[in-house]
Amino acid sequence: MKHLKDYLKFYKVQSILAPLFKMLEACFDLTVPLIVADIINTGIANSDTAYIIKRFFLLLAMALLGLLSSFTAQYFAAKAAIGTSTRLRHDLLKKIQSLSLKETDKITTSTLITRMTSDVMQVQNGLNLFLRLFMRSPFIVFGSMILAFTISKSLAWVFVGAIVLLFIIIFSVMKLTNPMYEDVQKNLDKITEVTGENLTGARVIRAFSREKKQAEAFDSVNTGLYSSQIKVGKTAAVVNPLTYVVVNTVIILVLWFGAKMTDSGLLLSGDIVALINYISQILVELVKLANLITQIGRAIACMNRIGKVLDTESSMEYKENLLSEQSGEAVRFENVSFRYNESGEEALKNISFSADRGQTVGVTGGTGSGKSTLVSLILRFYDATEGKIYLCGSNIKDIPKEALPKTVSAVLQKPQLFKGTIKSNLLLANPKATDEEIWNALKIAQADDFVSAKPQKLDDPVEQGGANLSGGQKQRLTIARAILSNAKILILDDSFSALDFATDAALRGALKTLPKDLTVFIISQRVSSIRNADKILVLDDGALVGTGSHGELLESCEIYREIFESQNGKAGE
Amino acid sequence: MDKKTLKSVLALIKPHTGFVALSILCAVLSVAAARLIPVYTGDAIDYMIGQNNVDFSGVLKKVITIAVVAAIATLSQYLMSLCNNKITYFVCRDLRGELGRKLHSLPISYIDSHSFGDLLSRMISDVDTFADGLLMGFTQLFTGVVTIAAILVIMLVLNWKIALAVFVLTPLSIFVSKFIATKTHKYFKKQASIRGDETALINELIEGRQVLKVFGAEDRSLSDFDEINDKLQDAALKATFFSSLTNPSTRLVNNIVYAIVTLIGAVIVVSSGNLAGGLTVGGLSVFLSYANQYAKPFNEISGVVTEFQNALTCAQRIFEVLEAEDQPKEPENPLTPPVKGEVGFEGVAFRYVKERPLIEGLSLDVKSGQCIAIVGPTGCGKTTLINLLMRFYDVDEGAIKVDGADIRKMRRSDLRSRYGMVLQDTWLCHATVKENIAYGKPDATDEEIVEAAKKAHAHSFIKRLPQGYDTVISGEGGNLSAGQRQLLCIARAMLCYPPMLILDEATSSIDTRTELKIQAAFDKMMEGRTSFIVAHRLSTIKKADLILVMKDGKIIEKGSHEELLQKGGFYKRLYESQFAKV
Repeated sequence: MKHLKDYLKFYKVQSILAPLFKMLEACFDLTVPLIVADIINTGIANSDTAYIIKRFFLLLAMALLGLLSSFTAQYFAAKAAIGTSTRLRHDLLKKIQSLSLKETDKITTSTLITRMTSDVMQVQNGLNLFLRLFMRSPFIVFGSMILAFTISKSLAWVFVGAIVLLFIIIFSVMKLTNPMYEDVQKNLDKITEVTGENLTGARVIRAFSREKKQAEAFDSVNTGLYSSQIKVGKTAAVVNPLTYVVVNTVIILVLWFGAKMTDSGLLLSGDIVALINYISQILVELVKLANLITQIGRAIACMNRIGKVLDTESSMEYKENLLSEQSGEAVRFENVSFRYNESGEEALKNISFSADRGQTVGVTGGTGSGKSTLVSLILRFYDATEGKIYLCGSNIKDIPKEALPKTVSAVLQKPQLFKGTIKSNLLLANPKATDEEIWNALKIAQADDFVSAKPQKLDDPVEQGGANLSGGQKQRLTIARAILSNAKILILDDSFSALDFATDAALRGALKTLPKDLTVFIISQRVSSIRNADKILVLDDGALVGTGSHGELLESCEIYREIFESQNGKAGE
Repeated sequence: MDKKTLKSVLALIKPHTGFVALSILCAVLSVAAARLIPVYTGDAIDYMIGQNNVDFSGVLKKVITIAVVAAIATLSQYLMSLCNNKITYFVCRDLRGELGRKLHSLPISYIDSHSFGDLLSRMISDVDTFADGLLMGFTQLFTGVVTIAAILVIMLVLNWKIALAVFVLTPLSIFVSKFIATKTHKYFKKQASIRGDETALINELIEGRQVLKVFGAEDRSLSDFDEINDKLQDAALKATFFSSLTNPSTRLVNNIVYAIVTLIGAVIVVSSGNLAGGLTVGGLSVFLSYANQYAKPFNEISGVVTEFQNALTCAQRIFEVLEAEDQPKEPENPLTPPVKGEVGFEGVAFRYVKERPLIEGLSLDVKSGQCIAIVGPTGCGKTTLINLLMRFYDVDEGAIKVDGADIRKMRRSDLRSRYGMVLQDTWLCHATVKENIAYGKPDATDEEIVEAAKKAHAHSFIKRLPQGYDTVISGEGGNLSAGQRQLLCIARAMLCYPPMLILDEATSSIDTRTELKIQAAFDKMMEGRTSFIVAHRLSTIKKADLILVMKDGKIIEKGSHEELLQKGGFYKRLYESQFAKV
């Protein structure tokens, strides 16, 4: 909630004026019963038709004024609510981008997307409603009560009692039902999960003839949902009848005591009409308020979830000072260990190695051996749990944020492209690149052929996620993009998987035309991709079990030999 | 509106006719009672003419009547809510239950040809929207219609002139809200389309955040985002503001109606001079409260109609699934041939799409213990054969026989229990490791489970899981790597120890070293068992008794390794491109 206050500060004027104008409208609404009472008590009593017509126009004027103030209020409320949601989305994205992967992994991608889309929507709607109605309803309720006091003090006390009672009813039912609604939601999530499971596992379920068991499991979840819905329905259904009882009790009391007071000359019959009018207005507003509170409760829950993201602190600190001349080895790991979370197993164990400028380094190992984790550390997606990492002679933690992309660049396993054009995707790596540089990078990545075959060449559109390109084309574009960044270290993480053998070979040949001092890391499970590297690192279960050239490793490293043989048959074949 | 859908919806409600009747009765009762209260209130006020001129016995009578009527209204209101809840959630549960069962009786082809998200949303959000529409429909449509009718009747009885005025004026508010709705529609459309774009961008930026980090492009992407975000702000402001004009505008109309009723009423009261037969002050107060209440149900009903239309659209989508044709029924007198492990294809023809012939006149005779390898480039339809073997799809012509019996004459469970299957897709259910391994044999002992896990080389990583064999695997398996999931699938198949095996790229996610080790277990398992293997490993293929070479969904060559190499066809080229040294 504290966040919301900060945001409303930007829209101070609007968020004060909106409820104010709404209250103004309510004032005009509240005068209506008074004017009607006047018509009855004065106009009808004196048979004064002219008076009645005058009051009629007053009624119309009030209605019109009410409309105008309502319009104004709606405008300010919309402005504040939508402005806030716009800012919220901006700030959320900014925050998410400033977090390290350690934090965003924990929150998960789908959650982050929900926060930025539907949660922000809920906040916007809730805020809009809040600004418009949250002042109006209580104002009408209490306004009606106060006006009731001007008509008859003693009868107005009945109103006070009724309003207190109604608030108690509404709030206690809400308190009771809130956890029940959460139950319903949880059950619905379960249904989603089981249904998804049944859909994706259709073949396996049938292969093992488990249809009946799965259907039974679904039925029990379904029955759970049903019972929770009935339970909350039973409780929530109490609100309207109870409110009704209270309101009618007030009417009866007003009539009975009103009759006595009229008899003793303390009240006029028009006053009783006005009082009855007020109590029905209160009823209408309270029902609105009850609905409102549910919606606002939901918005607050969403805002709290958003707040949690906004409050997340990045665990990664960057040095501001400019980097002195970078020199020395391209990459150096000193006793580096890493775990993704405190309780988990070590993904990398005590790794030490170094790579010189201009070297090509191959990294290999089995599934889950830690190859991609190693890449993540060189890119500083994460900080090492123990040990030190140096890039071009500087401790990786001393390299300013802006300097890091100029030091190290990468092609990640999943070829990720963004909606736009081929050019806009390539310029992501280097906004200042000329067309000539772009074509050169495309040539090295073996992508120039298919790009020049496109009708609009570099300006050809790329759909979301690169959906209009094949896997191989996407992979080649991401390679060109990484080359274009002109970083000193280039990492290719399993980047040839979608390429056929001929393209793979041509690409590896073309990589040799890159500047001499460029250090290239090739991560691959296939020995054929890395056997020509200057240095090969062999990982197994997070540990570095071999370092050396292909020939050396075949001699000295059993695991490397096994990997090689599993792909090529016995050595020497 | 689709009549057929409406009929199906009514059929769903039919079992709950009792509740529906009770609900309607309660609606009529509660609304009629509620509308009568202002009449009695007005009567009561008419007994209070002025000082020392109050008919207390009259007031008391009316007050008691009000109490009784209010009690009836309250009770029937609550009862109606309960009925409506019951009907709605009953129908919802029935629908979901039917859908849930339907998923298991639909042919696999249906599931294959419909998107996962679409089926899921039919099950979840469509049923929900349908339920909401139904509940709203019951509660508000009933009460709304009854309210309007009741008010109309009462007003006509009280004073037809004012009733006519109200009657003529009220639809005005509906026109106003309709007018605004059509005007704002274009803003909403614009807002929806920009929001769609923005959501897509958010997806991209968040999913691609690693790439943005690599290139230090966070700030640049943020300014791209701001551009679209500002556009959304603009569109959303217009849509929200203009649509929010509906309520005040209809309120204005209602207020005008109210004022006119007051004017006409007051003038009539004055001209009739409080005479009997004319309008009294009490009568006027009754009219005023009706004028207030009369417009509301109109607005509500127009809302309900939209909601109801939505509900019917959703219902239609649900019925589409429910009415889809089931897989062929189980045979009446199923054959249960003794287990031998023989498979025969007799002139089999099959196509997924009528227009595209796929498998034509395929005949094969697989003897017990033989190994059949299926090879071909990615996407060539190797899985098609497995679909036919497991009877996930039925052949169009010819027959597949297992142990001498046409598989269509066997019970599906009997047929499928003869195969052990490991697929490339590593589906596990949301349950413990132990339960997942014992999925095909729920009564397996712990020793058997551990034994199977050891054979699949899964034991060592399972031991390292936080709760070992009792660790719960989440549905989408975030806590296991693809390779580990595949090892569990292999253990699952190993536990059943079936007479025949189907392995579809069973080791695709496992690194080559582990694969070698598992292969030994597979080899042992395959010994003496008929097996069908989709594989990319040369050693497996070489050992096969028969190799089926597939391309573009068709079997183009078949024979042993040597035969095919000699033939010098597609297999030879495939062999050279994939297995010869580069």
